[in-house]
Amino acid sequence: MTTVAVTPADLDAAAASDVSLRRFLHGLPGVDQVGAEARAGMLATRSIKRGAKLWALDMALRMTDLTTLEGADTPGKVRALCSKAMRPDAVDPEVPSVAAVCVYPDLVPTAVESLAGSGVRVASVATSFPSGRASRAVRLADVAEAVSAGAHEVDMVIDRGAFLAGRYAQVLSDVVAVKEQCGNAHLKVILETGELRTLDNVRRAAWLSMVGGADFIKTSTGKVAPASTPAVVLVMLEAVRDYAEATDSLVGVKAAGGIRTAKDAIRYLVLVNETAGQRWLTPDLFRFGASSLVNDLLMQRTKQRTGSYSGPDYFTVD
Amino acid sequence: MNEWTYEPAPESRDIVTLRSSYGLFVNGEFVDGTGGAFKTVNPATEEVLAEVTQAGTEDVERAVVAARHAFDEVWGPMPGKERAKYLYRIARLIQERSRELAVLETMDNGKPIRESRDVDVPLVAAHFFHYAGWADKLEWAGYGPAPRPLGVAGQIIPWNFPLLMAAWKLAPALAAGNTCVLKPAETTPLSALLLADILQQADLPPGVVNIVTGAGETGRALVAHPGVDKLAFTGSTEVGKEIMRAVAGRRVKLTLELGGKAANVIFDDAPIDQAVEGVVNGIFFNQGHVCCAGSRLLVQESVADAVTERLKRRLQSLRLGDPLDKNTDIGAINSAEQLAKITELAKSGAGEGAAQWQPECALPERGYWFPPTVFTGVSQSHRIAREEIFGPVLSVLTFRTPDEAVEKANNTPYGLSAGVWTDKGSRILWMAQRLRAGVVWANTFNRFDPASPFGGYKESGFGREGGRHGLEPYLAAAGAAEVTGG
Amino acid sequence: MAEQRIPPSGSEAIGRIPPSGSEAVGRIPVAKTYKLFIGGTFPRSESGRSYAATRRNGDFLANAAQASRKDVRDAVVAARKAQPGWAAATAYNRGQVLYRVAEMMELRRPQFVGEVAAADGLDIETAVHVVDETVDRWVWYAGWADKIAQVAGSSNPVAGPYFNFTVPEPTGVVAVIAPQDSSLLGLVSVIAPAIVSGNAVVVVAAQERPLAAITLAEALATSDVPGGVVNILTGVTAELAPVLAAHMDVNAIDLAGAPGEMVPALERSAADNVKRVVRPDGTDWAASPTPDRMLALVEAKTVWHPVGI
Repeated sequence: MTTVAVTPADLDAAAASDVSLRRFLHGLPGVDQVGAEARAGMLATRSIKRGAKLWALDMALRMTDLTTLEGADTPGKVRALCSKAMRPDAVDPEVPSVAAVCVYPDLVPTAVESLAGSGVRVASVATSFPSGRASRAVRLADVAEAVSAGAHEVDMVIDRGAFLAGRYAQVLSDVVAVKEQCGNAHLKVILETGELRTLDNVRRAAWLSMVGGADFIKTSTGKVAPASTPAVVLVMLEAVRDYAEATDSLVGVKAAGGIRTAKDAIRYLVLVNETAGQRWLTPDLFRFGASSLVNDLLMQRTKQRTGSYSGPDYFTVD
Repeated sequence: MNEWTYEPAPESRDIVTLRSSYGLFVNGEFVDGTGGAFKTVNPATEEVLAEVTQAGTEDVERAVVAARHAFDEVWGPMPGKERAKYLYRIARLIQERSRELAVLETMDNGKPIRESRDVDVPLVAAHFFHYAGWADKLEWAGYGPAPRPLGVAGQIIPWNFPLLMAAWKLAPALAAGNTCVLKPAETTPLSALLLADILQQADLPPGVVNIVTGAGETGRALVAHPGVDKLAFTGSTEVGKEIMRAVAGRRVKLTLELGGKAANVIFDDAPIDQAVEGVVNGIFFNQGHVCCAGSRLLVQESVADAVTERLKRRLQSLRLGDPLDKNTDIGAINSAEQLAKITELAKSGAGEGAAQWQPECALPERGYWFPPTVFTGVSQSHRIAREEIFGPVLSVLTFRTPDEAVEKANNTPYGLSAGVWTDKGSRILWMAQRLRAGVVWANTFNRFDPASPFGGYKESGFGREGGRHGLEPYLAAAGAAEVTGG
Repeated sequence: MAEQRIPPSGSEAIGRIPPSGSEAVGRIPVAKTYKLFIGGTFPRSESGRSYAATRRNGDFLANAAQASRKDVRDAVVAARKAQPGWAAATAYNRGQVLYRVAEMMELRRPQFVGEVAAADGLDIETAVHVVDETVDRWVWYAGWADKIAQVAGSSNPVAGPYFNFTVPEPTGVVAVIAPQDSSLLGLVSVIAPAIVSGNAVVVVAAQERPLAAITLAEALATSDVPGGVVNILTGVTAELAPVLAAHMDVNAIDLAGAPGEMVPALERSAADNVKRVVRPDGTDWAASPTPDRMLALVEAKTVWHPVGI
């Protein structure tokens, strides 16, 4: 029951070698997949109505990292996304901005320029996203480029190959090195849970990332299916909760990929609320990595306010 | 607002049409009774929901006669494949009217709508669906080449899962070709009477199912009736023993599903977050009004503090209140009488030196409520570790080795269920072999399925409900030794 | 061969041949003392009592120990102690042990034939048949040991990600009121189905025909049945059965040989700890058995486990 007794000194000791890391990570309590899914499934039945729903819709908007990560991305596409990020609803200025815009490193300058003064942050994927299959020098150069271009947040990928091969020390030192390279930029560590497959691995990778200095742990690149699932996010929320108990440091969670509807988003907020707790219900500690989600949040928001269902033609597609 | 609070999300009760008074369901019709009437209340509000007829001895007589006639003339001679179609039809009607059944169940029982909607009612439909398929396959069930129905089955059910228990009793009995006289619990008669309405819609022949509402006297009349060939009872061990004594020496086949004091055993290598969920589900599901509730938490001493801390943290997120609210986790205690019993036993726990803990939790002003309660520092000799509380009260005990866990788990006259949590496969099977209980949940708890036999060892009763095993209580195999249980 | 081992008369096997005139100068047979069988040993009744067992015509055969309440208590303690180990033995092993009992009985056929003939009032030919049937009954049940679980167990296709299976397990300690009208075949027909699944039994032998039961105990003691798995008491049924029916550490009671007028009271007592009760049902002990008695003395245990990665 390592998670309960664990102290910062234990974490330092664990970080020493593959052997000590393995001992630590495999000493974490196991996760029963069926039980975790059942718990997430039960929480999905929570009925969030009226004021509570409006609050959740606005919070989900404020937590969204509006994302475009395509080979076909252009400065024009990014500028449009930034407009959407700052003012999601063209006709309602009351609608809050999203948390961040998430792009590839080469488009960070465009995003920084477009978002200047808005409070919307710029996040950049880096470390040879999405596979991470490059030398550490190349991956760190990727990070350096994003940070020097003004990214406030860096989304790195862990080396899943190294993780699955049991080379935990290598994964850890990658995270440590990227964190250092980030400087003041916030580091989100992508576990790519769709490749880790088991929830035991998700828990271990989450702890490994947090020990390495992650500010956020993030489910997925969005390029691998399955991306974010409620059970995976449940386990990650348990990890940040337990890590906070052990170290007093609060690490955020980002659910990315496959979250398209307001209903899904609210279910994740319920997971946050009833697993990590109210403290995590802030854009500082929970994010959605999504693109089409925003318009559904807006449609639901309009429905809540006007009482009538809206349609996609009334919200901008950027 | 800075804090996110879920707003009330009450399920509408408009879907339920309550009559001001209900008769008995005898021979396919609602009829007046001779025993007077009693009121059934919503335990969450103390609102009187309806007046219900108390069946007297003559009413029970009429019901048994109707059942006998239906058995002799209609249901007994009917080919199994035709009986099956009635049962399938009932299953479908239950699915169609599931919302109505769930709301009514919650109103009359006090259980959260989430449970009646997601657990009770779906299982009710599934149970009829499962046994429908047995009706024309009885000769393949392993009870001899020509199994026969027993005749008229008297069935007495409790208030904790009123509709589900009705399904557990009726479905296998009808599939096997018996006819039934069902007595619901006096505090929760309404869902069974709504089921009667469904049976009418299904056009089930008159007399095949008869429902006599009432209290203990009605049950006693049914037990004493010489025209009953089979008795099935779910309820307290105390009443179970009374029934056993009442049928002593009579040619009545008997099955009993009685009380429990299940141990939920957590080892140091357990998947701890799921184990904590399992403990919560084990004892707080249905306010702990569950005969197989995991009311004793046996936790390995090396992780006892860790588990207890997590458990307490988890309990703070339980939502107690209006059972019709879709977000309610803990509903109302079913009756003032049950509340008094729980309160008394909880007091004894504190009195005997165990440490009582309850989360901060405001109780509604009206209705019958008891907060989720955890006792730590409990020893085997405490009453709260030995007696069935049938409420949301957990006793935490510790153990050091697997042998000690088994010894403590089995150290009870009950033997209905047990739980074990560990990541080690061989230990699960080792534990499962040694736990003297009819159901062992390993790395899960309180799961139910119509295909899964359910029933107890020792003073938790005999006979099984569910699956192929659940047919045996309702069949007479040619040349079989006559047994009351087994 | 077999015929040669059968004595010319039942009395010889009993060993109580009153010296007649012509045989007065012959050898005096050594008579056997019939005792109880508790925990694998042969004690006398702690009460020091015995009673006369006779032929059907009333002639004296031997004194049998007359067990007391305390002997019942000791027998239940012995059964409870032995039961877990017996249940934990592999089914293959239990099957072999039961088969071994058949072997041991086969060796003692002459003695059993003599006792059965005397006690049940049978002619030798019939008695031989009864003993043969009895031996064969052990063989039949021996074969069941490793088949009960497959016949009475199941894997259950529940609607969810769980593996769910049901296995039969022994009920525990079973009290058996042996048939009064069939001193050996009836007796074995109620002991074998109880113990084959791993139960331990405390048997009250036929009151007026107790001798074969003790000879059976001698066969059990020399086969591989662990001490305490079968305990046999001789004595007065009306004295012993109520003690067993009310005993809180007995899990089930087979009333096969309980006199009809005693049954309601015994069943009422059995309710004190919710015993499983097998009612007397006029079973013809000579007929081929069914698995029902065996299946009435097992519990179905259902185990759930999630299926996940």
